[in-house]
Amino acid sequence: MHGLTHLDRLEAESIHILRETVAEAERPVMLYSIGKDSAVMLHLARKAFYPAPLPFPLLHVDTTWKFKAMYELRDKVAAEPGIELIVHRNPDAERQGINPFDHGPIHTDMWKTEGLKQALDKYGFDAAFGGARRDEEKSRAKERIFSFRSSSHRWDPKRQRPELWSLYNVKKKKGESVRVFPLSNWTELDIWQYILREKIEIVPLYFAAERPTVERDGLILMVDDDRFPLNGEVPTPRTIRFRTLGCYPLTGAVESEAATVEEVVAEMLLTTTSERQGRAIDKDAGSGSMEKKKQEGYF
Amino acid sequence: MTLPLDHDRELIASNVSEWLARHEAKEMLRFITCGSVDDGKSTLIGRLLYDCHQVFDDQLATLESESKSEGKAGGKLDFALLVDGLSAEREQGITIDVAYRFFASDKRKFIVADTPGHEQYTRNMITGASTADVAVLLIDARKGVLTQTRRHSYLANLVGIRRFVLAVTKMDLIDYDQDVFDSICAEYRDFAEQIGIAEWQAIPVSGLAGDNMAARSEKTPWYEGPTLLDYLDTVEIDSEADADKPLRMPVQWVNRPNHAFRGFTGQIASGRLDPGTEVRILPSGRTTRIARVVTSAGDLDEAVAGQSITVTLEDEVDCSRGDVIAAAADAPEAADQFEATIVWMGEDELLPGRGYWMKIGTQTATATIQEPKYEVNVNTLDRLAAKTLGLNAIGVAEVATDREIVFEPYDGAGTSPNRVLGGFILIDKVTNATVAAGMLHFALRRALNIHRQHLEVGRETHSALKGQKPAVLWFTGLSGAGKSTIANLVEKKLAARGRHTYLLDGDNVRHGLNRDLGFTEADRIENIRRVGEVAKLMADAGLIVLTAFISPFRAERRMVRRMLPEGEFIEVFVDTPLEDAEKRDVKGLYAKARAGELKNFTGIDSPYEPPENPEIRIDTTAMTADQAADFIVEKLLSRR
Repeated sequence: MHGLTHLDRLEAESIHILRETVAEAERPVMLYSIGKDSAVMLHLARKAFYPAPLPFPLLHVDTTWKFKAMYELRDKVAAEPGIELIVHRNPDAERQGINPFDHGPIHTDMWKTEGLKQALDKYGFDAAFGGARRDEEKSRAKERIFSFRSSSHRWDPKRQRPELWSLYNVKKKKGESVRVFPLSNWTELDIWQYILREKIEIVPLYFAAERPTVERDGLILMVDDDRFPLNGEVPTPRTIRFRTLGCYPLTGAVESEAATVEEVVAEMLLTTTSERQGRAIDKDAGSGSMEKKKQEGYF
Repeated sequence: MTLPLDHDRELIASNVSEWLARHEAKEMLRFITCGSVDDGKSTLIGRLLYDCHQVFDDQLATLESESKSEGKAGGKLDFALLVDGLSAEREQGITIDVAYRFFASDKRKFIVADTPGHEQYTRNMITGASTADVAVLLIDARKGVLTQTRRHSYLANLVGIRRFVLAVTKMDLIDYDQDVFDSICAEYRDFAEQIGIAEWQAIPVSGLAGDNMAARSEKTPWYEGPTLLDYLDTVEIDSEADADKPLRMPVQWVNRPNHAFRGFTGQIASGRLDPGTEVRILPSGRTTRIARVVTSAGDLDEAVAGQSITVTLEDEVDCSRGDVIAAAADAPEAADQFEATIVWMGEDELLPGRGYWMKIGTQTATATIQEPKYEVNVNTLDRLAAKTLGLNAIGVAEVATDREIVFEPYDGAGTSPNRVLGGFILIDKVTNATVAAGMLHFALRRALNIHRQHLEVGRETHSALKGQKPAVLWFTGLSGAGKSTIANLVEKKLAARGRHTYLLDGDNVRHGLNRDLGFTEADRIENIRRVGEVAKLMADAGLIVLTAFISPFRAERRMVRRMLPEGEFIEVFVDTPLEDAEKRDVKGLYAKARAGELKNFTGIDSPYEPPENPEIRIDTTAMTADQAADFIVEKLLSRR
């Protein structure tokens, strides 16, 4: 037998983390954002607990503003045997009609940050898996795999625990919770290679196709439904794909011809801008905005 | 974020599948960089990222502008800016132990553990080094081997790193002077020998100029060794060495979706297995074979160290989280007392004797730590007396656990440390903080710790063959209370009824098994412990065991009670008032004790703690020895 490759090792580490959490937490949940990292995390979880069904539900903190194609894949995944999906929408945001066009940063804060806290409290989850990776940006390089939150979901930097070997301290008091990042040591390329190797289904928006678009503030946005307020603009068909997926009015596309995983990887390797660029959310408050969001409880 | 090397770009453009297949086969190496920013550490890491094309154009543009405005490289590219960003966080009071960075070469994917600053250095370094295959030590060519070089080497070696790179940096600032490089090597050689570092490679580099980083430098024609990247591409990876060691797999989670399937999941710590491999389950000692290695993509023919797997076993054996599946012929020990090196990481200092959670592999137990034997000064490596350990202190101490732990010495044989069954963390039971990391050296009280051979003919069989229920009749009471007399009568009466018995008498045992023991408190405890163990073995053999020992302390009697199955320990309190016992004084011992010729005599100058709830109490002032014996036999044989 040949030695283990880096993908084999990353897979083994992630499965170890998933199992350790399930063995030690009382009520774990997997945050399912429908993106490619979520898809990989879900695939790893299936492997970790096969042949048993997933020993935890999936939680989608919905904003009602995701791409249609995302909802389609989500509902397909939810229909599979052994999968329990919980969808949570912040009732306050729903009532107030919070949307990315009129409300700016409040949109993310209310739907996602507040919505997530509400859902965790409502169901009493004490451990939540998230798909964040350390290579996503400089400030995440030091993020721990098990990240502890107070009973009010605050991330207290002074109370984080050193992580030695593959030993994770999952002890916590009642009301406290832990966010667990099984993909911490994966890079963007690792994710794509694994999707290719394991033939993991992802939202088609990651692949290039002709889609109706408008250009705003330097971002190419897709007009995904008629809630998109057009100020006299006429949507232009462009051949585009998305590097990351979120709320469609906040997610910039790139013009691309890459229609397969291989072509996406080739394009990613040969073009030269880092990945999070397409996401409007990081630009809210310059550098350090991610750090601030984390302290507030954003994933 | 991985960008290809230039010569790969063509392949990616023409045949990305082929490139991906090659990249997929890459191995993974983890290393730690040790040194401060002043040594050019950030520059070195930044340079590696840059040389391996891990820097995107937008980042490069930012780097160029920042290098001009805030760089320290005189307007040239300041690679440190690619990886810095930890200092601002330190100002905000954020504790950072380790930052992890990723890059890849043609052959390998690398995970770099980067530990910032000087404060908390021990804690940070131990954390980063705990998962590293290699340590890259930075030495500023202008400064040579410093105290911090020795400290970093000691810490990395302590946590089991076996391969070291001495990156002698800033060679450009000393005009690539071979003599300087050679004298640094000579000085380090002596030190490495002293602390037992066998494998190290010194490389003259400049992070800023790129010498001997990814490409050989023309400025050091006298240097014939590998470049830094060559070394990292070819050095042995610990997990490969792990595969050649005996099988160990801590059971993480039992997968039981229905009655038809019972799988045991875990990550193989060392060795390999396949269907048919004979395994021993620890600590129970039962042996069986691996039946299947189950995955969603079909069963595997083999699995090796590093893989997270699910196995089924051929026999229905007890096995749960915390157990270890090991090579049947070469299984690790279990023990409850150890010597260990402890690195304290908590804000509050170690409290000797207090219970902490100990997590080792998938096992969790309560552990108490003794006062340290000594603390190590990480700068001078001197051993200092210590009563406790504070934040960042390193010491050696005895550790006792409340149950047996399956373990291996951290620094055992082989070319990699036994991280999984030798490394542990301690958790404060009140705050839940991780307060220490430790490495087990060896078990104390070895005789107790030989792992148990599981026996096919068990205690039930022994007991059934003899047609009796085994028991230990534990007679306790003052010297001269009549324990031996009554025990003798009980044994005679039992023998007359065809019962298989054995009487362990205090005086007789002290002539043989325990003749090395005196009468200090420690020896008296050991005396009882040994008698308890012997009584237990005999009860396992199906016998009714009678013991007659003063056994004055409740704690020891409780210890023996716990060794035996529920209901088999029958405490017989031979209750005689002190003045009666002293009046009888058959052996003349009370007189001697009163005269001060016998020290630590129970009832005189050493206490007797009467049983609180004995199964049987004999009031010797109310019945004769014969009546007492009948009473005891009646009680014994009528128990259900």
